[in-house]
Amino acid sequence: MTHKKNHVVELDDVVVRFAGDSGDGMQLTGSLFSDSVAFAGNDFATFPDYPSEIRAPQGTIAGVSGFQVHFGHNNIHTSGDLADVLVAMNPASLRASLKWAEKDAILIVDSDAFIEKGIIKAGYDTNPLEDNSLVGYNLIKAPISRLTKEAVKDLGIELKTALRCKNMFALGIVLYLFNRKLDSANAFFEEKFKSNPLIVESNKRVLKAGFIFAENVEAINSTFRVQPAKLKKGKYRNITGNRATAWGFLAASERSGRELFLGSYPITPASEILQELTKHKQFSVKAFQAEDEIAGICSSLGASFTGSLAVTSTSGPGLSLKSEAIGLAVMTELPIVIVDVQRGGPSTGMPTKSEQSDLFQALFGRNGECPTIVLAAISSSDCFYSAYEASKLALEHMTPVILLSDGALANGSEVFKIPKVADLPEINPPIVEPNDPDFKPYRRDENKLSRYWAIPGTEGLRHRIGGLEKENITGNVSNDPLNHQLMVKLRDDKVKRVANYIPKQKIIGKNSGELLVVSWGGTYGVMLTAIERMQEEGRDISLAHFKYINPLPKNTKEIFSKFKKIIVCELNNGQFVSYLKMNFPEFKYEQYNKIQGLPFMVSELKEKFSSLLNE
Amino acid sequence: MEESQIKVPAIPELTKEDFVSDQMVKWCPGCGDHAILSSMEKVFPKLGIRKEDFVVVSGIGCSSRFPYYMNTYGIHGIHGRAAAIASGVKIANPELSVWMITGDGDCMAIGGNHFIHVVRRNLDINIVLFNNKIYGLTKGQYSPTTPKGAKTKTSPQGTFEVPFNPGELVIGAQGTFFARVTDSNPKMMVDVLFEAARHNGTSVVEILQNCVIFSNKIHDLITSKETKEDNQLHLKQGKPMLFGKEKDKGIVLRGTKLEVVKLGENRITEKDVLIHNQYDHDPGIHNMLARMAPPEFPIALGVIRAVEQETYEEAMTDSIVVAKNISPLKSVDDLISSGNIWEI
Ligand SMILES: Cc1ncc(C[n+]2csc(CCOP(=O)(O)OP(=O)(O)O)c2C)c(N)n1
Ligand code: SF4
Ligand SMILES: [Mg+2]
Repeated sequence: MTHKKNHVVELDDVVVRFAGDSGDGMQLTGSLFSDSVAFAGNDFATFPDYPSEIRAPQGTIAGVSGFQVHFGHNNIHTSGDLADVLVAMNPASLRASLKWAEKDAILIVDSDAFIEKGIIKAGYDTNPLEDNSLVGYNLIKAPISRLTKEAVKDLGIELKTALRCKNMFALGIVLYLFNRKLDSANAFFEEKFKSNPLIVESNKRVLKAGFIFAENVEAINSTFRVQPAKLKKGKYRNITGNRATAWGFLAASERSGRELFLGSYPITPASEILQELTKHKQFSVKAFQAEDEIAGICSSLGASFTGSLAVTSTSGPGLSLKSEAIGLAVMTELPIVIVDVQRGGPSTGMPTKSEQSDLFQALFGRNGECPTIVLAAISSSDCFYSAYEASKLALEHMTPVILLSDGALANGSEVFKIPKVADLPEINPPIVEPNDPDFKPYRRDENKLSRYWAIPGTEGLRHRIGGLEKENITGNVSNDPLNHQLMVKLRDDKVKRVANYIPKQKIIGKNSGELLVVSWGGTYGVMLTAIERMQEEGRDISLAHFKYINPLPKNTKEIFSKFKKIIVCELNNGQFVSYLKMNFPEFKYEQYNKIQGLPFMVSELKEKFSSLLNE
Repeated sequence: MEESQIKVPAIPELTKEDFVSDQMVKWCPGCGDHAILSSMEKVFPKLGIRKEDFVVVSGIGCSSRFPYYMNTYGIHGIHGRAAAIASGVKIANPELSVWMITGDGDCMAIGGNHFIHVVRRNLDINIVLFNNKIYGLTKGQYSPTTPKGAKTKTSPQGTFEVPFNPGELVIGAQGTFFARVTDSNPKMMVDVLFEAARHNGTSVVEILQNCVIFSNKIHDLITSKETKEDNQLHLKQGKPMLFGKEKDKGIVLRGTKLEVVKLGENRITEKDVLIHNQYDHDPGIHNMLARMAPPEFPIALGVIRAVEQETYEEAMTDSIVVAKNISPLKSVDDLISSGNIWEI
């Protein structure tokens, strides 16, 4: 297709947000757009923002589902603050999403949906397309519903089926706007609807109709181009955090030679980890959908005793249910990875919204002196490496590891440079050889203090473990006071010594100066973007973003000591900062907390840091 | 797991001593648990299984201390969760002989959910339920199997709750094997445990166990010398359901209900008496047998139900084999470079 509009504007990066009713297929539209962006060689990140109801009442604000794509030719670390292009399929989605758009954004709306009923349902008094309230925006009124029907009218399909394609009309417009081809979307239709050629044809036609509409409509007088990103040589793919997590475990299983066992119970936003792993029986994965979260972790622990790489996946409320069994894992010193994909809490909270709300629960949420390793994945693609590393630490140190992810990482996607499994670090679990005369259930490795793994079926190693306090070395049940103190200290020391096996904390920027920004887990992308921009502006600011939470990297204190001010930023009410105060009370910490179920925005971070620097 | 596939060609003769652990047994003198331990020690060596291939898993309770007293691989778990832990062991390595030891509180109260689900899934796990109808370890509160009206530490005026009947629960949960024995009949215990071990699928053996401290003589009507003959029906596959000192009483089906009859009365002969068929897939009679209780009926002992059905782990193993055969993905490298990929 040739472009009629010859005015092409070059852009560094763009944010596009698709918004519509839950039933409008906005998640699909967004991911098809990100596929086309990927094929064009841009770097990108995505952020789905959807309600927890499957189909909230049609046309209402509660039912609005959004999908944001940020792409560009520089490194893209976030899904973007405000949209440059907003697609709104009905009045409710316009009303709900306008606050996420730049003041001069391009608004693409389905003008057919702005009828009285829809306008009232959305809570508008007057039609926003006609009351001048959108002055300043570049408004493209597209009769999407009508033109969709027209595009497929001679295919003889039902009206309802036809209208289901209208999201593709919107996609066609956006593809035109960014000088993209229709190929990748068309290929998707052919694959996805293989068995129904009529659906393939109608989607293709509607997509093309949108594209042609954009070409002809006067309101679009120029198009945009974003040059391919300057990524390192290699193979790339798009990946969501949950899929990356599942694949990280698969890689760890292959590399360690331990069969993967996942015991899990579905919960938003963690279910995809279970769903993904049920697909990979070819790698001998045993994915067990248990009757609840307790059975999820307990079955995993049974599998761990039996020699598997054992994993259980959940979200906050499920982690609460697993607490007692994590205690059993600490006591029996068995390897297990517990993934918590955090969401807004407490209780059921905001299931589809992201929050860094379970740090305290991960660190302290158990009875007794009950330390575990805690890691926090820092990006969707890092979920792969974090799951791999969590497995390695659990297996080599014979201890539970809690891996914190979050809803935004889990469902968000970004570019993933495909690694070779053979290039990942080796994993060597301390498995005992048959008939080892020195075997004792609680004898330990001198350096790591991990006990050894004697797997059922192995000759000469029969032994019992369990939740009652064990005598050092022999593993016999013991109520001896001094033995208990010793065992508590040993379990604690074992986790502390992990600090010798993890990397030192890195700093982005200078190693000393005015302001150190501290953050952890899933906020990495937005923190990095804000810091890099301020560094480019010449501000004296550095970033320490933590992935290793317990134990903290050995150089943490030294890093903190080199800055005049420290500010800790997190999407909760201040959990990491409290933990830092507990560990390093000698420093003064400022804090910046957002507890809205939403990610940080680069702009608000910059504003906060600037005011601190100007004080 | 590779470990257990390296089977020694012939399993050496094992004896009771191979399974006796070096730990001091700390149950109260006279507790029914001692007899159960002794029966298990007799059964294990006879099963033709390597001693390294046994795993004994338990929850919490007096009964759940059991794994420490058997020299096998073992896990003493947390309260109520033995079924879930045992499920993980069995799925991870179906070659192992997995035994779950649990109490009426552990299994039917806090662990009720896991229990019905392991039974429903039909994992090949042998569940030995020590039913003393009381919480022993916590010193005498009522349990879900305590008879209605019983006075305990938490029911000083008698309980208001209708108890569970484990057999009914097992059958209701699609169970494939249920048997009941008393701790006072070691021979029957050994025979039934042996059958439970041989059953491919979840087998539940309810042992009516006496707690000398908190529910002493709770099973007395069934187990005492004077009354047991009239109150116990010993089920045998293919044999008529006769009981009583003179074996002159029997169970018949009248309409949709079971009834106790006396041979010779009303022209009843042995031919009228029900023949036990533990292999019948229809759970109707099995359920009625499980429900029988004195004073109206004798209690049914022995194997009530034992039906063949695919196990969870067989289905899981099959689906892995199929996936390995048909999947083009031979390694994780294949997987992560499949689908939409681009190169720079
Ligand atoms: C989470 C939890 N809740 C409560 C307890 C206390 N507790 C230990 S054993 C037990 C009941 C045991 O009864 P049962 O399972 O019948 O075993 P028995 O001692 O009678 O053999 C209770 C309530 C516990 N250990 N853990
Ligand atoms: S309290 Fe009862 S069940 Fe527990 S050991 Fe003593 S007699 Fe046995
Ligand atoms: Mg009991």
